[in-house]
Amino acid sequence: MKFRIYRYDPEKDAKPRLQEYDIPLDSHDRMLLDALIRLKTVDDSLAFRRSCREGVCGSDAMNINGKNGLACITNLKTLKEPVELRPLPGLPVIRDLIVDMSQFFKQYHSVKPYLVNDTPPPERERLQSPAEREELDGLYECILCACCSTACPSFWWNPDKFVGPAGLLQAYRFIADSRDQDVNARLDNLEDPYRLFRCHTIMNCVDVCPKGLNPTLAIEKIKDLMVKRTV
Amino acid sequence: MKLPTRRFDALIVGAGGAGMRASLQLSAAGLTVAVLSKVFPTRSHTVAAQGGIGASLGNMSEDSWLWHMYDTVKGSDWLGDQDAIEYMCRMAPQVVYELEHMGMPFDRNADGTIYQRPFGGHSMNFGEKSVRRACASADRTGHSMLHTLYQQNVRARTQFFVEWMALDLIRDAEGTVLGITALDMETGDVVALHAKATILATGGAGRIFAASTNAFINTGDGLGMAARAGIPLEDMEFWQFHPTGVAGAGVLITEGVRGEGGILLNSNGERFMERYAPNLKDLASRDVVSRSMDQEIKEGRGCGPHKDYVLLKLDHLGPEVILKRLPSIREIAIKFANVDPIKEPIPVVPTIHYMMGGVPTNIHGQVVVPKDGNPETVVEGLYAVGECACVSVHGANRLGTNSLLDLLVFGRSAGDFIVSRNLPSFVHKPLPPDAGDFSLARLARLDSAGGGERVADVGNELRRTMQSHCGVFRNEGLLAEGVAKVMELEARVARTSIGDKSRTFNTARVEALELDNLIEVAKASVVSALARHESRGAQARSDYPERDDVHWLKHTLWYREGNRLDYKPVHLTPMTVESFPPKARTY
Repeated sequence: MKFRIYRYDPEKDAKPRLQEYDIPLDSHDRMLLDALIRLKTVDDSLAFRRSCREGVCGSDAMNINGKNGLACITNLKTLKEPVELRPLPGLPVIRDLIVDMSQFFKQYHSVKPYLVNDTPPPERERLQSPAEREELDGLYECILCACCSTACPSFWWNPDKFVGPAGLLQAYRFIADSRDQDVNARLDNLEDPYRLFRCHTIMNCVDVCPKGLNPTLAIEKIKDLMVKRTV
Repeated sequence: MKLPTRRFDALIVGAGGAGMRASLQLSAAGLTVAVLSKVFPTRSHTVAAQGGIGASLGNMSEDSWLWHMYDTVKGSDWLGDQDAIEYMCRMAPQVVYELEHMGMPFDRNADGTIYQRPFGGHSMNFGEKSVRRACASADRTGHSMLHTLYQQNVRARTQFFVEWMALDLIRDAEGTVLGITALDMETGDVVALHAKATILATGGAGRIFAASTNAFINTGDGLGMAARAGIPLEDMEFWQFHPTGVAGAGVLITEGVRGEGGILLNSNGERFMERYAPNLKDLASRDVVSRSMDQEIKEGRGCGPHKDYVLLKLDHLGPEVILKRLPSIREIAIKFANVDPIKEPIPVVPTIHYMMGGVPTNIHGQVVVPKDGNPETVVEGLYAVGECACVSVHGANRLGTNSLLDLLVFGRSAGDFIVSRNLPSFVHKPLPPDAGDFSLARLARLDSAGGGERVADVGNELRRTMQSHCGVFRNEGLLAEGVAKVMELEARVARTSIGDKSRTFNTARVEALELDNLIEVAKASVVSALARHESRGAQARSDYPERDDVHWLKHTLWYREGNRLDYKPVHLTPMTVESFPPKARTY
């Protein structure tokens, strides 16, 4: 199978280049990650992240034939050759397919991604109805792979100011949690021309999310809450 | 050569469930804590746990911690230490409630309490019938738990060293552990991390086998570090095969599928577990179900063109249950097995999943080794928690849901114990002048060696060897040959070389360093398995088919030096209740 892969080693390369590979696969090579691991046995200098190989840890996000996705759950049969692999767009490249995700995580951390409830907890669990719990579906499943934020033009232009779809999805995950007591502060935190309102509903995030989540919908719900609390 | 050095009160190697539960206790108490991880914390392998956390909340059926304790002792085939098991099962409700208070998105019952599902080997009233004990967040319990713990660590401002690999323990002449050497993967720098307490929380090592549910990062780094520092590894012959890995792919399908009512079928369409475990059937403990599946396949009742797997049927649960309680399982089955379980069964085979053994500890997480006649002398400065530790609550076979519980209970207890030692009031013991030499020599070899065997080739050979010589069914000939092959592979590991000599994010170097850890785990496992002349829990010897409590009701200790074995007694006396004496194990 033919590949064209973005290569950049800061110790050797003045600028990035695309390297062609043509490698025979075996019948057990099902996913793109299997092919990358086979490639690495031939060229051990090829650098990429990977861990769980089943789409739950979020390590191996990359740009695959122009679209962000996870290598471990991208079936080779769905890919047109040569398969062009690039690092996630918009973030600084450390090496090859490995990007520096500091900015991404900084935005995630900026939404205070943890439950805030300062009333003393009961001896048992805090109660939450099934309906209240359902509000978290489609939010808590995020794996922080950054496919969405790095597919978002607003994040490309303003990665330091716009929280981005992943961070906003998590902001809403806590706003939507019946146990959280910090909703107003969370909305204050986002009431800003950039942090929330740079989302122009381009919806690339929805298109690429490997877990089928919908950050745009979460962003719309945050905007609705902003409007509601002003009237 | 003197390494650049950074100092902390406490250092945690690994940012999975156990490491991050421990760090929360330490950060909350105001200690300076560094948590080191090869991957961003939410990518740790805890994220892949699916089914639930065992705790006798009794939300959906009557339950008690004593029943949980009995099930765990029985599940361990009586090799588990009953004091540690009592401690874990008593603490279980508390740590689950704490996790809920932290924001864990558990599924809920109509009354607002945490949803619980049945799981393998968990029973009511000492084996009478199945019980609902597994506290679940759909089939993403590990993901929910790991993210919740990370979130709380963000709140507690825990300091993480992300994409740093631990290399070796630093011990002084008295044997006290003073920290570690570590590699910053992004820059290639090697640094000494100097600490008053070092906690190993490096998880499992399932990557010594060819077919494994484990992530690529599960290379037993903490075990390799301990073994090289002269610390024995306990009960390493006991490796759990999870009954339901996707055939061919190895990806885990939670036991929660059977907890929700899924069943296993052979090629005749027969629910064969009724024959092997008339009472709990498909929800017998994992060693029993895995052996039964292998027996079916061996006797020609496997499915598919090669008759080499069985089927996990769940379509009868209906789309509503599958979409609500098992959504990720459906995703996995569609992606990795080409079947939609709403309509068709999933092809499954027993697949390596969990390491019951590990670095020997007590319930405070302190590492303990035999010394001067005391089988459990504390190694000052060193702790281990989670899958890399052997406390031992899982004995010869772990019950499903007890691994997440283990992480929470012992991560917390190690954290509390270290806090109680009042570390900030002590000064650091000085590092020995040669603290970095050993690690630097390992790296120098990789930097200079050329023309050796490829790391991937030797690693794959090791995985194939362990798979065929240390698998579900074992005997003297197979294991002896396995030991010989693994020892040959050890020599080959020392002669590997890497093509990539660069410093920046050199993953070839990381994989070579991981192989140094995998080989220690493999040696410990196959040598311990060969010596144990009995069948108990996950160790099934066709030449010694019975459990032998007279000679083998004891823990194995393997030492790297000379491949030496030693043994120590099992704690049969619990903390407060009567002992559960060994008896025949049926489900």
